[in-house]
Amino acid sequence: MDKYVCGTCGYVYNPARGDQDAGIEPGINFGDLPDDWVCPVCGVTRDEFEKEE
Amino acid sequence: MNFNIKNSVYWIGKIDWELRKFHGDEYSAHRGSTYNSYLVKEEKVALIDTVWAPFTKEFVENLASMIDLNKIDYVIANHAESDHSGALPELMRHIPETPVYCTKNGVKSLTGHYHKDWNFNVVKTGDRLSLGQKELVFVEAPMLHWPDSMFCYLTGDNILFSNDAFGQHYASEFMFNDLVDQAELFAEGIKYYANILTPFSSMVAQKIKEVLSLNLPLDIICPSHGVIWRDKPEQIVEQYMRWADDYQENQITIIYDTMWNGTRVMAEHIAKGIGLSDKAVNVKLYNLAKTDKNDVIAEVFKSKAILVGSPTINKGILTSVAAILEEIRGLKFKNKKAAAFGCYGWSGESVKMIAENLTTAGFDAVDEGLKVMWNPDDAGIESCVEYGKGLPVKLA
Repeated sequence: MDKYVCGTCGYVYNPARGDQDAGIEPGINFGDLPDDWVCPVCGVTRDEFEKEE
Repeated sequence: MNFNIKNSVYWIGKIDWELRKFHGDEYSAHRGSTYNSYLVKEEKVALIDTVWAPFTKEFVENLASMIDLNKIDYVIANHAESDHSGALPELMRHIPETPVYCTKNGVKSLTGHYHKDWNFNVVKTGDRLSLGQKELVFVEAPMLHWPDSMFCYLTGDNILFSNDAFGQHYASEFMFNDLVDQAELFAEGIKYYANILTPFSSMVAQKIKEVLSLNLPLDIICPSHGVIWRDKPEQIVEQYMRWADDYQENQITIIYDTMWNGTRVMAEHIAKGIGLSDKAVNVKLYNLAKTDKNDVIAEVFKSKAILVGSPTINKGILTSVAAILEEIRGLKFKNKKAAAFGCYGWSGESVKMIAENLTTAGFDAVDEGLKVMWNPDDAGIESCVEYGKGLPVKLA
C-alpha cells in the first residue's frame, strides 16, 4: 500500500490511515479513492499527488 | 531605515504605522505592521525577502544606500506573497541576472504573480548555500502558510529567518521583542496565529519538531512581520507548540447579531446563567456587527466552546453571523463545543441553520440550541438563564 504526497502542500495520504474527515476508511489504496477526493489540507485534486519515494 | 541585528546581518524593511487592513480588507491590523527584509553581508551577500509593493521605491533606494545593488549575490524569496515579494520586480529590473532562491512552489507563485522569467534556483529542505564562512540552510515549510513558504537559517550567527511563522502585525520603532509591551505583543501574536495558521496546526507542530530535530542552535528568530525575537526566541516556538495543540482556555465566547435586541437579551441572560453555575469560566460577549471579525476569531481560538446567535430573517440568519460562520468553517478549529440560539417572530429557522453550520465546521454541537419567540418576556428570559445554567455541564 503506497503512500502518496501532495505536490502543493506536502500532505501524505497514508492508506493505512485513510482520510476520516472525508469518510475514507483505513485500507483504501490511493488509486481507489473517489474521483472527487481532494487533498484534505490544501484542496487540490488527486492529479497533484505523486507516489512517495 | 535600516539597523544592525548581529554581525553582518541587517534589517532593511518598512515600519507601516498606517496599515489598518491587510489581505485586501480581510485582516485588521489595529497596531500597523512591518515588512521585514534582511541583508546578510558576508563574503557573499544575500538579501532575504523584500517589502510590500507600495514601498518599493523607498526600499530599493534604502537598499542601494547600504550596498551597490550589483554586489547582491543571492536573492532569497522565502514566500511569494506580495507583502514580501512586492519590491522584487523593481529590484530585479536593476539586477536581472541575480539568482533567486525559492522552493519549487515558490517558482510557481512568483511566476504567477509577476510573469517574469527570473534566474530561479529551486531549493529543498537541507540544501545549503555558502556565503563564505557561514551558510544559509533552507527548510521548506509548506502551508506555513502558503505552499511555497520556506525558512532559512544562518549558521554561525544562529539566526532563523522564519518568514510569516512567528510574525505579528505589530508596528514598533523598537523592533525587538524584549523592548515592546508584552501584552500587545502576545495579543498580536495569538491573533495572527488564530486567523492565519489555525487550519495548518498539524503542520505547524510537525515542522517545529522537524526543525528542532536538526539541533541547530537558535539565538534569534527573524520573522517577516513585527518584532525580532532576540530575547529567549524559544518562547514563541514553545507558544506555537501550545497553540498548535488544539489550544483552549477556560473561556466561553458568545457571538451574536441582533435586530431589535431580542437576541442580545438572550445572549446576556444565557451568560448570566452560565455565571450562576460556573464561577470560574470566562464568558465573553461580542456583537458581530459591531466587532472586528479578526478579533472575534482570536477569541474563538481561545475558547473551549462558543455560542452563536442570530434572529431569524428571511428564513435564515443575519449576514454578520453568516460571515463569521464561513470564516470559522475555513479555519478548521478542533476540539471545541458549540450551541446556537436566537429569537424569531414566526418561522424560526436561524437556530437550526447555525447549529448545522457549526457541525459542518467541526464543532461538537451539544444540543439543539435555544429559540425564543419575539422579544423575550419574563418567561423567555428565565428560559435563557436556565439554559445558561445547564451549559457548563454540557460543555465540560
